[in-house]
Amino acid sequence: MAQDVRGSVASRRRFVDWLLTRTLTTWLLSTSFGGLLLAIFYPAGRYLVPPAAGESTTGTVTLPFAPADIPANGAEIFRFGSRAGILIKTTAGEFRAFSAVCSHLGCIVQYRSDIGHIWCACHNGHFDLNGHVLEGPPPEPLEAYTVNVRGDQIVVSRGS
Amino acid sequence: MTRFREWTNILAEWLEFRLGLSFLKTIAMKKEVPVHRHTIWYYLGGMSLFLFVVQVCTGILLLFYYRPSAEEAYESVQFLMAEVEFGWLVRSIHSWAANLMVFTLFLHLFSVLLVKAYRPPRELTWFSGAILMALAMAFGFTGYLLPWNELSYFATRVGTEITGAVPLIGGFLLRVARGGDDVTGATLTRFYALHVWVLPAATFGLVGLHLFLVQKLGMSVPPSVEREAGAKRTMPFFPHFLLRDLVGWLTALGVLAVLAAYFPAELGVKADPFVPAPVGIKPEWYFMFMFQTLKYLPAHILGIEGEIVGILGFGLAGVLVFLIPLLDRKTARGEPSKLFTWIGIGIIVYMIVLTYLGYTVDPSL
Repeated sequence: MAQDVRGSVASRRRFVDWLLTRTLTTWLLSTSFGGLLLAIFYPAGRYLVPPAAGESTTGTVTLPFAPADIPANGAEIFRFGSRAGILIKTTAGEFRAFSAVCSHLGCIVQYRSDIGHIWCACHNGHFDLNGHVLEGPPPEPLEAYTVNVRGDQIVVSRGS
Repeated sequence: MTRFREWTNILAEWLEFRLGLSFLKTIAMKKEVPVHRHTIWYYLGGMSLFLFVVQVCTGILLLFYYRPSAEEAYESVQFLMAEVEFGWLVRSIHSWAANLMVFTLFLHLFSVLLVKAYRPPRELTWFSGAILMALAMAFGFTGYLLPWNELSYFATRVGTEITGAVPLIGGFLLRVARGGDDVTGATLTRFYALHVWVLPAATFGLVGLHLFLVQKLGMSVPPSVEREAGAKRTMPFFPHFLLRDLVGWLTALGVLAVLAAYFPAELGVKADPFVPAPVGIKPEWYFMFMFQTLKYLPAHILGIEGEIVGILGFGLAGVLVFLIPLLDRKTARGEPSKLFTWIGIGIIVYMIVLTYLGYTVDPSL
């Protein structure tokens, strides 16, 4: 009886030794345990990654306000697809449009009439009226959009 | 009275027979706390734990009214603050206790760092504590967004955009953190799940490990005290130290009530993704030193984008702080380690100065 117990202890120890001496990888590969883990964690991991929404295909937007609604040396934020854009009317009355998403860390920029250029409040980035960085941490200029005024309508489009 | 005592004795015996819990009493009686000029720092861990319990209780109460969607979150918090009886009190205590907890955790971490309590055999206590500190900051970051107001919306935009700066996998991390390309209602539900389940579960586990290690290894005596000659004084944990703990917790509860009553948590303006970031946009105070550093970094450093250098710098600093028990070989050998004392002081000074600048420099210049 005592012999039997010792035997089972020895075999259990052998089993534990076997578990410990195999490298984790061969063990995972040589048993179905790796497959089980994969079957659990792969779907869970994929579940946490959001489905791709698809790049916004918006190329042209007609703005919901008229040219006269914006004072010279003023600006307005508009929706460009799912992103924000900024339309600026210069002191000379010319329209310019840019992406309003700061190239630094993605805050929405604003037009400052007191200094006459675009400014991001988050980390104090300054852009001129061509979207180029004047000062501060933004690494790249703002994406510029093309503005066309047709009578009472302002049409903003991406690219040339 | 004797009748009552009889009944409690019977109940105690009944439980003892089934659970055998008397060993807990033995442990509590055996535990001793060293008494010396740095004993005061021993109270910070317990204080942080108390504030965490306050967070769990008030957090559960907030769940009864909060609705985690971009359309309803702000309104549900508004309703809670304005209509629900004592809703303002529960939310204000939750907000204040969160801030105080992060503060006491910082004090706890830095006091442990400066008295070198991380030296062998307490490396695992330091590692688990450092992860708990990171979890507390993750709690703050995710909780900040939940009211869905303008300030928290943009702070989250900036905070998550930072993950995008990680080389190679940044874009992927950004999308996983936000639940999409932008900060939207999808981000809110993600942060909600983290804030009310994932982080609490992780914290419970790690606090358990941390307390087990403290119990197993006992309180660390600073090397400077250890080197002094003379008899070492101690006090029993139960009840002497615990009663002092209780005095501290009761005081903290009073402070929380006063802060909540006189400075209730604000709600601000509802978040709108199509409005420029407001002036004075700022994260929670414990992220301020990083936020302010990002403002000062130039657009490019040695041809790499400034923010990437900043993020990698802070990431590396975090890893080095985590690994201090392994890096500080002198303290491990029982020798004085001036270098690591100065590193600790340097980190504290850097954080205080940058935080101070963050709140005082005019943001519109």
